[in-house]
This record gives sequence, C-alpha cells and structure tokens, in this order.
Amino acid sequence: MTTLAKPEEAPAPSGGASFLSVRDLQVRFSTEDGVVRAVDGLSFDVERGTTLGIVGESGSGKSVTNLAILGLHNPESTEITGSINLAGQELVGAPRRTLEKLRGNTMSMIFQDPLTALSPYHTIGRQIGETFRKHTGASKKEARDRSIEMLTKVGIPQPQTRVDDYPHQFSGGMRQRAMIAMSLVCDPDLLIADEPTTALDVTVQAQILDLLKDLQQELGTAIILITHDLGVVAKTAHNVMVMYAGRAVERGTVREVLKAPQHPYAWGLLSSMPSLAGSVDVPLRPVRGTPPSLINVPAGCPFNPRCDFKEGVLGDRCTTERPEISPATGHGSACHLSVGQKQDIFIDQIQPRLG
Amino acid sequence: MNDQLTLSKADGPSPATPSGEPLLQLTGVQKHFPVMDGFLFKRQVGAVHAVDGIDLTVGTGEAVGLVGESGCGKSTTGRLVTRLLEPTGGQISYQGRDIAHASRKELMPIRSEIQMIFQDPYSSLNPRQTVGAIIGAPMEINGIKPAGGIQKRVQELLETVGLNPEHYNRFPHEFSGGQRQRIGVARALSLEPKLIVADEPVSALDVSIQAQVVNLLQQLQKDLGIAFLFIAHDLAIVRHFSQRVAVMYLGKIVEIADRASLYERPRHPYTHALLSAVPEADPDDNRERIRLAGDVPSPINPPSGCRFRTRCWKAQEKCATEEPPLVQLSGNVAGHLTACHFPEEPGVAGGRDVVLDPALAAMEDEAGAVIPEPRDQQD
Ligand SMILES: Nc1ncnc2c1ncn2[C@@H]1O[C@H](COP(=O)(O)OP(=O)(O)OP(=O)(O)O)[C@@H](O)[C@H]1O
Ligand SMILES: Nc1ncnc2c1ncn2[C@@H]1O[C@H](COP(=O)(O)OP(=O)(O)O)[C@@H](O)[C@H]1O
Ligand code: SF4
Ligand code: SF4
Ligand SMILES: [Mg+2]
Ligand SMILES: [Mg+2]
Repeated sequence: MTTLAKPEEAPAPSGGASFLSVRDLQVRFSTEDGVVRAVDGLSFDVERGTTLGIVGESGSGKSVTNLAILGLHNPESTEITGSINLAGQELVGAPRRTLEKLRGNTMSMIFQDPLTALSPYHTIGRQIGETFRKHTGASKKEARDRSIEMLTKVGIPQPQTRVDDYPHQFSGGMRQRAMIAMSLVCDPDLLIADEPTTALDVTVQAQILDLLKDLQQELGTAIILITHDLGVVAKTAHNVMVMYAGRAVERGTVREVLKAPQHPYAWGLLSSMPSLAGSVDVPLRPVRGTPPSLINVPAGCPFNPRCDFKEGVLGDRCTTERPEISPATGHGSACHLSVGQKQDIFIDQIQPRLG
Repeated sequence: MNDQLTLSKADGPSPATPSGEPLLQLTGVQKHFPVMDGFLFKRQVGAVHAVDGIDLTVGTGEAVGLVGESGCGKSTTGRLVTRLLEPTGGQISYQGRDIAHASRKELMPIRSEIQMIFQDPYSSLNPRQTVGAIIGAPMEINGIKPAGGIQKRVQELLETVGLNPEHYNRFPHEFSGGQRQRIGVARALSLEPKLIVADEPVSALDVSIQAQVVNLLQQLQKDLGIAFLFIAHDLAIVRHFSQRVAVMYLGKIVEIADRASLYERPRHPYTHALLSAVPEADPDDNRERIRLAGDVPSPINPPSGCRFRTRCWKAQEKCATEEPPLVQLSGNVAGHLTACHFPEEPGVAGGRDVVLDPALAAMEDEAGAVIPEPRDQQD
C-alpha cells in the first residue's frame, strides 16, 4: 500500500497522562421542562497524533461534549462538572480568558456547516489571517502569506487569487477546505471536527477525510471526529467511542468496535446499515423504538426499552442497575451481559447479518 | 480500450423492466431554469440546465434508484415526474399517456396515482394540522369517500406505517423525525398510488431510524405493488432498495443498469469513482480508491462534449468535442447503458489507487497514480 493506507491502530497510551483526558464529565441544562442530562458521566482519552471517532444517534451528547471541551456552553444555563484535562491544564471551571486563548490556538474546531462559521462579509484570506494575527500578533502581510500557505495546504487551486474571494464564491467542498485551513492556521494540538463531511457529497467527503488524515500525519494533531457514519469512522479513526443517552456505551480501537462489537446498541447500529456488498434480500435490522428522553432517562440501563437481549441478564438488573463501562481501559462496554455472552451473541446472531 | 465496440441503443434490447410494461417513461426530458439579471428590467442571461435530456423508465411495481451528487438534477427529475414542474422539452408518459404538458384538469386523475415523499420530515408537514387532518387531506381534496369514513381509513394507514391509530389527534411536533417521515408516507399512501417518488426519504434520519423507514417502504413496494422512483445520494441504501439504478451527473444520466450490473461492473468512470468513494464500515475494506479532483461544474455552463470530462482521468480530445451517447457497451448485459467514449473494463479492476486530488498528489508523489494537469474548477 501507499502512504494513503488506513491508519494503523493507535499506539497504547504510554503509561502517563493522556494529551486530552476527560473524567466523569457531566453537562446539564436547565430548561422549562426540567433538567436535561445531556452528558452524564463520560470518561475518555485522546493521544497526540490519533483520531477518536465519536458515534451515536442525534441527541446522544456528541456535540455537547465537545462544546464543553471548547468552553462554548452558556454558563448561565449550563452546569458542567467532572474534569477535562488538556496537556496538563484543567479546563472545567477555567476562566473565560484562558479558554479564549486556547481556542483557535491549542484547540480548534471544524463545524458541519462552514457557512455558519465563515462570515459572508469578509474575504476568505482575511478570515484565516485574523485568527492567525489574534494568536500570534503577526503583521497583515505575514497573515496574508500564511493564509495563502494554508489554502495551498488544503488543496485550493490558485491560492494567490482565491485568497481574496468571499465564501459565497467557493463551492461547498472548497468552503469546508477553507474552514479546515482556518482551524489549522495556528497549528492546534487538538482539532474537533463535528460532522465535518455530513453536508458533502461522497466524492468531496473522501477528499476532505484524506486531507485531514494527511495533515494529522504531518502535524501530529489529535483529532476528535464526531459523526453518525460508521463508514467515516472506519476510514479515519484509530479509536472509537459509541455514545448513547449522554454516556459511553462502548469504546475501543476501530478494529475492536467494528469487528467485535460488544454492546447491543453497537450491534443495532451495524445491522441498520446496508453495505455495498451485503445481501439485498434480507430486510435491514434497525434498532427498534426511538431515542430516550434526557429529562427522564430510563432507570437502570438507559438502552433497556429498546434492547432485545435483556433475557440474557439475570433478574431485573437491566431496569434497575446502571451498567458501568468495563473493563476500565481498553475495549470495553457498558452492559450487564457477560463477556462470553456478548461474544457468543455477536458471533451467532449479529455477524451473519452483516454483509 | 476500444470505443467502437458499442451496440447502438436501437439494436439492443430496450432497458429491462422486469415487471412488464413501463408505467412511466421519460424520453429526452429537459428542465431549464432561466437565470435572470438586471435591476428594474429583468432579462434572461442564461439557463440552469438542471435536467438536460434524460431517458428513464419505471415498470409497474418496480423500484428504480436515482443517485448522483448534490445539484445533479435528481430532485428536479422527481418533481417533473410528479408534474410539480413542467418540462422544458421531451415527453413524460404515464401508462401510455403523455403528461408532459397536461393541464391541471387533465392531471387530476393522475395526481392521485403519483405521489411524492420529501426529504425533510420537519418542513413537509403543516405544524398546525393534526396528523388525522394531514393524512386525510388528499382524500378530502380528491373527493374520495372510503368505506367506513375517512377517519377509519386514516387510522388504518397509521397502522400500516407502524404508528398508533390513537395518534390521530396529535400534532407533528409531538413526533420524532422517523415518525414524521412515517406520517408523510401514510399521506402518500392515502390515495392508493401506483408510483411514489421518494426524494431522499431517509437522508435526514439517524442510521437506525433510516433502516426502519427503508424497511417500511420496501414492505409497501412488495405488499401493495407500488412502483418507486427512489432518489438518494447514499449508494448503499439505493442498492438495498432498488432493482435498477440510474446514475446522474450534471443533468444527464451517465449510466443505468440493473443493481448487480451497476454495482459489480460499473463501466462509467464517474460511477466507478462514486462507488469507490463510499466509506464502508469495515476496517479491512481495501477496495481500489479513486479520488476525484474539485467539484461538480456549474449547470449554467456545462462542459462541452462529456460533462464529466473536467474531472475524468481518462478524458481525451474526443470527450470535449463529442457527447457520448447512452448505449449498451459490448460486454454488458441488456439494459446496462453507459455514456462514455472510453469506458472502464468490465469488472472492477483492483489493486491500484488513482488519486486525482492535487493536494494529495503533491504530498504523496505517488508512483503510478495518474495526476491530471490542474483544471479550472468552476462552481
Ligand atoms: N427553481 C429553480 N430555479 C433555478 N435553479 C434551480 C431551481 N431548482 C433547481 N435548480 C438548480 O438545478 C440544479 C439541479 O437541482 P436539483 O434540486 O434537481 O438537484 P439534486 O440532484 O436534487 O441535488 P441534492 O442532492 O442537493 O438534493 C441545481 O443546480 C439547482 O441549483
Ligand atoms: N443549550 C441547550 N439547552 C438545552 N438542551 C440542550 C442544549 N444543547 C443541547 N441540548 C440537548 O442535549 C442533548 C444532546 O445534544 P447534542 O450533544 O447536540 O447531541 P448530538 O449527539 O446529536 O451532537 C439533546 O437532547 C439536546 O436537545
Ligand atoms: S444492560 Fe441489559 S438492557 Fe442494557 S444493553 Fe445490556 S442487555 Fe441490553
Ligand atoms: S467520455 Fe471521456 S470524459 Fe467522459 S467519462 Fe468517458 S472517458 Fe471520461
Ligand atoms: Mg450534533
Ligand atoms: Mg435534492
């Protein structure tokens, strides 16, 4: 294979503290209807130079988690507890100015819709340059040169002239490239990409994902990639975390989670997706029911109203006792079924269904 | 590669419609939207060639998929078929009758037989109407009085689409995205249609909910014999749902075939590139990868000759001067039509990466990869 080969699996965390370490994160919003427990006891790590893919259905808390890391929640209506440690610095409860300084410099983000993040009134070059000047104090000329350099890096043709274009003069794919250029202009150590390709066509999506991968290899950036597309995860992430109702229900390397998933919700996600080569004569096997309310989260395992495997668990533990994710490190899942049961069910019942 | 080895379309068998005579037949259908300029006195300065001469048939009870990138004309095609739009040229024949320019009155009896399901389950339902009123409205408007009354029929329909009949008096905002899409399906079913045009019916939904709705539509196709024109950009879902699939690019069909032929032996470079770009949820997936450069050009000034040539790695002189006809190539089964002067070999070639992205190519300096000279990228 060429250098385009898929990333090898992540190197095991090297003993000490991770680059980004989130512990028992809780994010709650007060609303008219009650308290929304959007993130409820979430822990994970991300190492430099690796990509963590976060998957889960809409409303499972993916974006809320990452807005908490970036310090972008409204403190008036949001309660955040737990710990977010970025390169040794605690972010929960950190002053606004500290977070502002970190944003765009140490950590930065790419949003799903570049039009909401790019101002229509300023040229692409000016917007990329401003971010650079703000954090480095560079001159206008230096900022412009840097913008051109970044546009070149993300593959915008004729960057010397395109730098003076306005966002509406760019196509969807080019805007997303410009967003990436802007988010990387200060060489951030952590890049959070929230559904960066969902609005794009597959051919353009492939370009953008390749680009992110190459930039990561060049710069050693840690990436958190939020997506609902397991295909995108398979192509770009080293590690995966599956979220459900504000919690991690499964985590592991890409290979572990996609080839030997342990949690009934992860099974459901995989069997919902048609593949390009699977049988077309059998119906898809969706997860039944609808996502849970985060104001009244089901007691016990939050997935229990939609789970088809409860009879494997003795007694009423599924509806009374919240399963913790175990083991504490490595490939783990939050489900009361025994490790042997999970393995057997996956091999006997789930795997045969997948294309 | 030899482009002489083609059968002309007239010689070959007509596109396979396994389920018998075509219910719907599009011939040379065009839709051009005027582009206006000027402040006080608007004048036309050009036209968007949204759909530019397509031939397509849908047999009774058949599911035909329509795929392609954003803006290639899929939705416009769907809205022409349902006659929400009037074509600029060509014929649209439904059960043997040309309805391309039929008047409102002439369309009345046909309107009920061709229904549409929309992409956005949020905006396609009136928030002020109850579910009962929404689903019952088409029957009221068309003066249809089902045995047992409209309410009973609506409740049956709610059950058919997997909703609770007791939801009759609820409002759309009380439902999730997947449930709202089911309400849209129930509304489309209320007039017992023979053809449903489903425009990205599951794109706005989560994966697991997507599968629920796809299964429902498939059930309806099988049980009620309803034909579908299934429009989507997700190639795996289209493959799962459709017996035949057409690939569109910039207002044209570039390839059409039965499902197996199209997915296993794509001949058009664009089809090939599209398929190779789909990420599969398998870390061991090592299919050949083709990376197209740039974006789709503007449909206001589509490229001369073959419209794909600005992104095609096989483009030659002829591609700029001569438009490739949509024909059956030697080596293809009947009904598999391709519009390309220099098609891919039958069977997906493997093993080699073709990287066309200038940024990637520059970084990688890959031996063996074809790197075209940078072209103007319009948008
Ligand atoms: N009413 C209109 N006036 C002018 N241009 C239009 C109009 N409707 C569609 N178009 C243009 O026609 C082309 C085809 O549009 P269409 O909506 O059919 O695309 P599509 O294939 O459905 O794309 P998507 O996947 O994004 O839904 C686009 O360039 C679009 O901008
Ligand atoms: N500012 C807010 N106020 C109240 N609820 C919110 C707010 N932001 C997000 N939520 C809720 O938190 C939950 C998780 O949302 P989010 O993280 O955006 O999900 P996703 O996994 O789709 O990114 C959802 O139920 C959402 O409605
Ligand atoms: S704990 Fe029980 S309800 Fe939850 S996923 Fe496991 S088996 Fe299903
Ligand atoms: S006709 Fe030419 S440009 Fe068009 S797809 Fe075929 S080889 Fe490519
Ligand atoms: Mg989100
Ligand atoms: Mg559309």
